Parts: sequence; C-alpha cells; structure tokens
Amino acid sequence: MAERDVAYLRGAGVEPTRLERLYYRLIANPVFSAFVVLLVRLGLNRRWVVIAIPYVWLGVFFLLPFLIVLKLSFSEVVLAQPPYLPLLNWGEGGLHINLNLENYKLLLDDDLYLRSYLNSLRIAAISTLFALLIGFPMAYAMARAPESWRAPLLMLVILPFWTSFLIRVYAWIGILKNEGLLNGLLLSLGLIQEPLTILNTDIAVYIGITYSYLPFMILPLYANLEKLDWTLLEAAADLGCRPAKAFWTITVPLAVPGIVAGSFLVFIPAVGEFVIPDLLGGSSTVMIGKTLWVEFFQNRDWPLSSAVAVILILVLVVPIVLLQRSRARLEAAR
Amino acid sequence: MSGLATAPTAPLGQPTLGQPWNDPAAVPYIRLRNVTKRFGNFPAVNDISLDIYRGEFFSLLGPSGCGKTTLLRMLAGFETPSEGSIEIDGVDMAAVPPYARPVNMMFQSYALFPHMSVAKNIGFGLRQDRVASPEIARRVEEMLNLVQLRGLADRKPHQLSGGQKQRVALARALIKKPKLLLLDEPLGALDKRLRERTQFELVNIQEQLGITFVIVTHDQEEAMTMSTRMAVMNAGRIDQVATPGEVYEFPNSRAVAEFIGDVNLLEGRVESSTAGGAVIHSADAGTLFVDRAVEAPVGATVWLALRPEKFSVTKTPPADAARNTLAGEVFDVAYLGNLSVYHVRLGNGREVSVASANRERLVERPIGWGDKVWLTWAPGAGVVLTK
Repeated sequence: MAERDVAYLRGAGVEPTRLERLYYRLIANPVFSAFVVLLVRLGLNRRWVVIAIPYVWLGVFFLLPFLIVLKLSFSEVVLAQPPYLPLLNWGEGGLHINLNLENYKLLLDDDLYLRSYLNSLRIAAISTLFALLIGFPMAYAMARAPESWRAPLLMLVILPFWTSFLIRVYAWIGILKNEGLLNGLLLSLGLIQEPLTILNTDIAVYIGITYSYLPFMILPLYANLEKLDWTLLEAAADLGCRPAKAFWTITVPLAVPGIVAGSFLVFIPAVGEFVIPDLLGGSSTVMIGKTLWVEFFQNRDWPLSSAVAVILILVLVVPIVLLQRSRARLEAAR
Repeated sequence: MSGLATAPTAPLGQPTLGQPWNDPAAVPYIRLRNVTKRFGNFPAVNDISLDIYRGEFFSLLGPSGCGKTTLLRMLAGFETPSEGSIEIDGVDMAAVPPYARPVNMMFQSYALFPHMSVAKNIGFGLRQDRVASPEIARRVEEMLNLVQLRGLADRKPHQLSGGQKQRVALARALIKKPKLLLLDEPLGALDKRLRERTQFELVNIQEQLGITFVIVTHDQEEAMTMSTRMAVMNAGRIDQVATPGEVYEFPNSRAVAEFIGDVNLLEGRVESSTAGGAVIHSADAGTLFVDRAVEAPVGATVWLALRPEKFSVTKTPPADAARNTLAGEVFDVAYLGNLSVYHVRLGNGREVSVASANRERLVERPIGWGDKVWLTWAPGAGVVLTK
C-alpha cells in the first residue's frame, strides 16, 4: 500500500481502520515513538514498525511459549533429558510425526483431573464472590471519600504488594492455625470453647485467595465508581427513589464494567492458583495448579502437565471470548 | 413601590396570572423564612426570606457564586438550611427527605440515566411510585408528545443531541406533575437559537400544566423573557425581587442596574426634591431634572441611572441645552442591524453608551466616528438610585 506513505487529508466522516486507530494510539506514547524513531533511522518503514512491535511482543512472549506447551502436550513422556520424545523426527523413509493423544485421553479417564478442574472453578468462583462483596463497599467508600483522601486510600490498597506474596500467605498460617491468632482471640473473648479448625480446609483457601486478590477487585471497581456521576443519585432521589433502591437501580448497573473487570482479574489467576491451596489447603483440597505442579516436578511428566495447562487455557479463554462476543453484539444492537 | 403604572404587567407569552405578590390576601405557595446556609463559616445563602406564589415562573438570577444554586438545592432537599425554614404548600420541609418532596428538578447536566432508554428515563419517577405499567406507558407517551420527542423512546441518552437530552430531562421532571419544578441553568448547554426557541416552549409548557417553576440562571435575558418575577441575588443575599420590567426600569441599586442590561450612571448631589420633580447637580453632567421626588435628603449623593436606549442623539445642539443634555464626541460605533450603539466620550473624559434604533436603512451613517453629538432624555427616562 504505497499510497499510505504519501501524506494526504482524509475526507470528513471517514472512519479510521482498526490498524490505523492502533497506530494513532501507539504513536501518541512518547517512549514508544522515540523507540520507533530509532528503528526508522535504521531504515525500517515507520508505519510497519509501529504496528509490528506490539504484535511481535505478543508473538514472542505469549504465542510462542503457548505453541511450545501445545507441542509438548502431544509428545510422549520418557525417562530422559529432556523427559519427552520429540514430536517430529527424521527417520528411515523421511519425516515421522509422533502425534500422541494419550495425554488428553488420560485427562478424561482419570477423574483426578476433572475433579481438580471443577474444584478450581468452584473455589475461584466462591473467592471471587467474596472479593466482590468485600471489595465493592471498599471501592465505593474510596470513590466517595473527599478528594484529598483518595490517593492515600489507594496507596493503602496497593501497600500489601510491597511485601512478598509468599510471606503474606505464610502469615495467614499463623493467624488461622489451631493455636493461632484468630482462635486465640475468639477463645479469649469466650465466643468459642474449642479452637476452630480452619487451616488446611477449603475455608482457609477461600480466605487466602480473597485476601491475596482483593486489590485486583478494588482497583478496577474504584476506577469505575470514581467516574460515576453522583448527580445521577440525586436525580434518582429527586424522582422519589430511596437511597437503597437507587443503589441497585443506578449505581450497580453503571458499575457492571468494573465488576466484570475485577471479577476476571480475580477469577482467572485464582483458578490456576497453586501456592495458596498448597500452603493453606488440606490434602483434600485439589486444585488444578497443584495437580499441574505435582505432574511437572514430582512425576516429571512434562507432556501430561502441558496437556493440563492447554485445557486450563481453553477452559478460561473460550468463555471469555464468547462473553466478549455477546457483549459486542449487544452493543451493536443498541 | 409607587409608579408601577409604567411597568408592564407580564412579559410576552405569560399566563394572565394576575399579581398575587401585590395582593396582601394571597397565600404564598412557597415560603422561605430567614434561610441561611453556611458551608464551614462561609454563608452561601444569607438570611433570605422569599414568597413564591402558585403558578409563578420565578427566576433566581445572579453571578456565579451568588448562592442561587444552593437556594435551589435547599428547595429540592439536597442541602438542609443552617437556619430558617422552607414551606411548600403549607408543609414545613425541614424533615422531608428529597425522595418524599413534591418537588422535581431538572439538573444542569441533565443527569439522565445513561443505562436507560429515553422512555425508561422519563418513566423513572412513576415507577418509584409503583404506578401500573400501562398507565406509565400512557403518560410517558403523553410527555414525549409534549416535548416533541415522538419516535425517540427507545434511544439511549448518548444517542441524543444536547437539545434532545434537555427535553428528556424536562419530561422526566414533569411527569410526576410536581407542585414545584426546579430548573438549574436548564438552557445553559444549548446554542443561542435553540435556547431562544426553548425559552418560549418552556413558558408554554408551564402555562399548559400550571406547575410552579423556579429557575436558576445567570443569563439575564433568559430571566427577563420567561419569568413572572425574578430575584436578583448577590453574595448570598437578594438585592431585589420584582417583575422583569420593574427590575429593568426601576432597579433599586446600582448593583442591580448594572447586572441587568447596560446602564449609564451619572453621579450627583440632590439640590431640591418635591413631589413634582427633583433637581440633581452633577459635576460630570451639569443639572439633571427628574419627574419625581428623590428618596434622599438634599445634599446626598445619588446616581441617575439611564439605559442606553433612553437617550436621543442629535448632531445639532438642542433648543434647551441647559436641561438634561450631555455633549460629547463619538469614539466608537457598533452597528447591530436593528440598533446602533454609539460610545460617546464627554468633555470631562467620561464615557456614555447610547443605543439608537435604526429606523431607516443606513447607506451612509448619519453619525460616525469623531462626530460631535448632543444627548438628551426626558425627565422620566432615568431612575435615581440612592445606593
């Protein structure tokens, strides 16, 4: 498209194409544009460079690793270094493809995997719900706080990230164990007579995941609620709507994008979570991340664990794509 | 106030409301008594008492920060007065929350619910009152007809133009037939032509429905066109409450005179004052005659306020140059089509602006830059201000 390199004025009302829009957005970033200028000086086509860089990034750091994992999942496990047979090999009579579907078959046959997937989805869903129930009031309070308070409050939400994730999860062991802080407090208050067994149960995992991922729920919700026009609530009150009802008919529907974003940010990493169920969960808490870890490091079955990972990605990505599609269709229908 | 005979009874297009504010027996519909609102130590509204009558189109007019919006928000119930009381139709509003008041408001930003269609927005108020849905549908239809938005019922607010949003906001505020409709700068976001058209529509709708309107505006032209009466506010207080005509022709202070329209103020001292007329001596403008008594003692400093259109301009000295005459030189002419505005510099360097109707087509300007002109006015043309 040679004419693209010629400066021209586009007619009024002509919508930029998707690539052009991407181009304008990227080139507006000063760091990125400086980098582009450098590459253009080296003799590369400017437009091509601008659009190619993010795609190259995605390709190298996302698509390529995924393809490696995908390739691994179709190979056969052996006791060797590396511990799998190559997918393609040159033998007598040309190229052989050793396509092995056994790994996927095993995932279906052994109900450990199915249970792991379902358990992970359940635990992630319940934890996401808790994070939403706790995070929404916090984000709401932050968004309604006086302007000068908001930055410090935001800081407090982000503050836990300054400490190692592992240490924070370990700290919960000290709180939740039988002779831990929580039981000590409840016993001394006389609320319970016997220490509660929380550690090494699913409840401890819910607590751990909800606690660890709460900021990921609060931040998008806060960003959403902060933009909410509070005069809408005044308008609702003015038209005879009580505050509690206005919350459900005005605030919540308008916060849906924030709720969806926050829930995805909590749910997706929570499904694959490995550290929290390992440290806080019991032997009965099977989650797919933990199963994957065992297959990979203890059984050294790289092909099987790759298959587990591929299915996990499909389980997470397919519903998201479908949801995005239906939302786009809804938007278009309006 | 005496001399109201010269003031028009109601602006164009107004219902024949009568003048309940001049009738001592009339019962006010909205009664504000010594209302004060402080934010911290700052009094945004300072000891305001005001009566508004049923069916009025009442304007709160003033520069930004004068407290007019705070006053409106107190009527809606979004702010509670620090002192004083507000009564609507005989009911004290102190303990009534916004959602229980017989008052609806049209917001400056329109505050349309972005996730609801036009019909849902308009019907929102009725849904809160659990009105049956066929009834809601019927009244929404009625409102859509009233504000001329037929066929847009299923649109979302972001698909509407500014003027259409404004109509939806109006319909939404009117559908519950409130006792009082509050309008906060309702036409501020519209362009001039649309604004003028909408002003007349608002007045017509108000007339049709008979709802009492209280409107906040900083646009004096808007207030003049639409209102039965207006309150000119300044720094949390009301300077004057009167009909637009009275405020324009009989301002009670220099602040009001200067806020409403253009005005020339001639400073002087009272020389004599009787029922038949008064004489003021001005160092700038010589001897000034007015046709009525001045409410100030002899020797007091007063100001004669003269609107630009009250002068007549001639290029020859008048016969009696000693009475109500200013001589000067034109230093600027603004041709506005219907009017020409001459800026005249007097001998002492003071400047006066004069508006003159262009009764004949101007091929060559009869009066132009640098011309020596004489300005005269009738003794009844100006108003003497004592503060």
